[in-house]
Amino acid sequence: MAGTVLEVKVLSRRDRLKKILDIATPVILAIAVFIAISAVAALLITVVYQGAGRLSLNLILEYPSANPAEAGMRSAFLGSFWTVGLSALVSMPLGIATGLYLSEWSSWRRFRRFVEFNIANLAGVPSIIFGLVGLSLLTYGLGWGRSIIAGAFTLGIMTLPLVTVSAAEAVKTVPEALKHGAYALGATKLQVTRYIILPRSLPMMMTGAILAISRAIGEAAPILIISGLLFIRRDPVSIFDRFTVMPLQIFNWVSRPQVAFQELASAAIIVLLMLLLALNASAIAIRYRFQKRLVL
Amino acid sequence: MLTKRLAVQPEILRPSDGGAVIEVKNLAVKYGNKYAIKDINLKFERSQITAIIGPSGCGKSTFLRCLNRMNDLIPEAKVEGKVFYRGIDIYSDSVDPVAVRTVVGMVFQRPNPFPMSIFNNVSFGLKVNGVKFTKQEMYEKVKDALIKAALWDEVKDRLDAPAYSLSGGQQQRLCIARALAVDPDVILLDEPTVSLDPISTAKIEQLLRQICNEYTIIIVTHNMQQAARVSDYTAVMMPDEQMIGRLIEFGPTKEIFTNPRDKRTEDYISGRIG
Repeated sequence: MAGTVLEVKVLSRRDRLKKILDIATPVILAIAVFIAISAVAALLITVVYQGAGRLSLNLILEYPSANPAEAGMRSAFLGSFWTVGLSALVSMPLGIATGLYLSEWSSWRRFRRFVEFNIANLAGVPSIIFGLVGLSLLTYGLGWGRSIIAGAFTLGIMTLPLVTVSAAEAVKTVPEALKHGAYALGATKLQVTRYIILPRSLPMMMTGAILAISRAIGEAAPILIISGLLFIRRDPVSIFDRFTVMPLQIFNWVSRPQVAFQELASAAIIVLLMLLLALNASAIAIRYRFQKRLVL
Repeated sequence: MLTKRLAVQPEILRPSDGGAVIEVKNLAVKYGNKYAIKDINLKFERSQITAIIGPSGCGKSTFLRCLNRMNDLIPEAKVEGKVFYRGIDIYSDSVDPVAVRTVVGMVFQRPNPFPMSIFNNVSFGLKVNGVKFTKQEMYEKVKDALIKAALWDEVKDRLDAPAYSLSGGQQQRLCIARALAVDPDVILLDEPTVSLDPISTAKIEQLLRQICNEYTIIIVTHNMQQAARVSDYTAVMMPDEQMIGRLIEFGPTKEIFTNPRDKRTEDYISGRIG
């Protein structure tokens, strides 16, 4: 009587190689992850180790000083707040409008392709170039000088591609069925945009905008071009005031020889990182709330 | 009232009460260079339900979307021929497609309620059409539409609940209520029960029979039993050798199903093709 025959396949060299690769792949990937994480960890540990002792409210309440014991970055903190906040007011309306145009309103396909292509390129332009454009166009061309408003517009234009692309993607996620449903009730294109597309895509647009802001807040190069390295000991009162920002203050402190200033720089980096973390967390929170609402 | 809503220049475009509500003459639709449907000639009479049946891909939906200019939203679609709504050529330059859609409403294959409350779904059309209503008037309009769509009893206690909390069948009736709320003259339904269970389907068929005196209804379906159950007239579409959708037969539903003139219709309804 014929029983079950257990087939034993002899592994060829090729098969053995495949088996080894099956085992080796996760190991290689894990090593890559480990290297990436340890780089971030090394940065965080050194920064926290050096700077934790200098962390205090004085860091953002005091003006810079030659005496490290009294030095703070109040002017840089306020400068960052103003420029980045104003840059969002530049990039968000422009970016959302451009995104809406590209994804929904343009009927001229070749022009749309042309714009999309250029926006993608713009996103890859080094930020210092935007600084140079801002300097010649805004500081000198429009006579805005080395002011907060010139810095804000420069950062706004720099982050525009990011906001535009995320807005355009957000608009594309609105289902055709919803738009057609509204059109079939006699809604105009503007009404469909206002009542269907915008409410649905706004949270995703906001996420993109927040990520753009967190990029702007860490930028040093374009601001260095616009404002120069400055020692400011007063609060900005108008958008035409001169200014400095946190990354520049950090740069300034790092470049000094004294240990105390190195420690101050680390403390300032911690503040900057915490701000970035808070911004990214709020972007995630908005996305999460949005997804939960969609499930309903 | 319909005159005002549809015609931009009323002295030129005057809807007439006599004759067909919708008349289609030599209609053809091209996607790019390829015809999807061609040579369609058809009249839809007032207060009748007309079913359009045919195998998938014969252009039923494409044809239906011509009747309220929804094909305008598809960039590569090109409509040739004429569609008259009560004597007005709706493809004429002086007619606003947005206005056409307020008199010729539409319900889609899959329920597509807006991500808002039940109440706001029904009031949406009224809101965008620019007529100002008091809160009370709006409530009455919404209530009327929901009653007509046989949904009122199920939702009257939770009008503020999100539309997505309703079942599929309820959502589709909500979409019908939404279309009815703007007080259209004609209602187009594109396979409205294809994603629904038999009980929900029966409810929708029943409500269509109830409202058909007030509206002219055109329903696309590939469910022949459905066509036989709900419609007064049936149009049969079929792709030709070049896969161009054509109207092969039109007549009272009873005749089409008991005594079809065209051999292909007979084959189709007896299940031999399609």
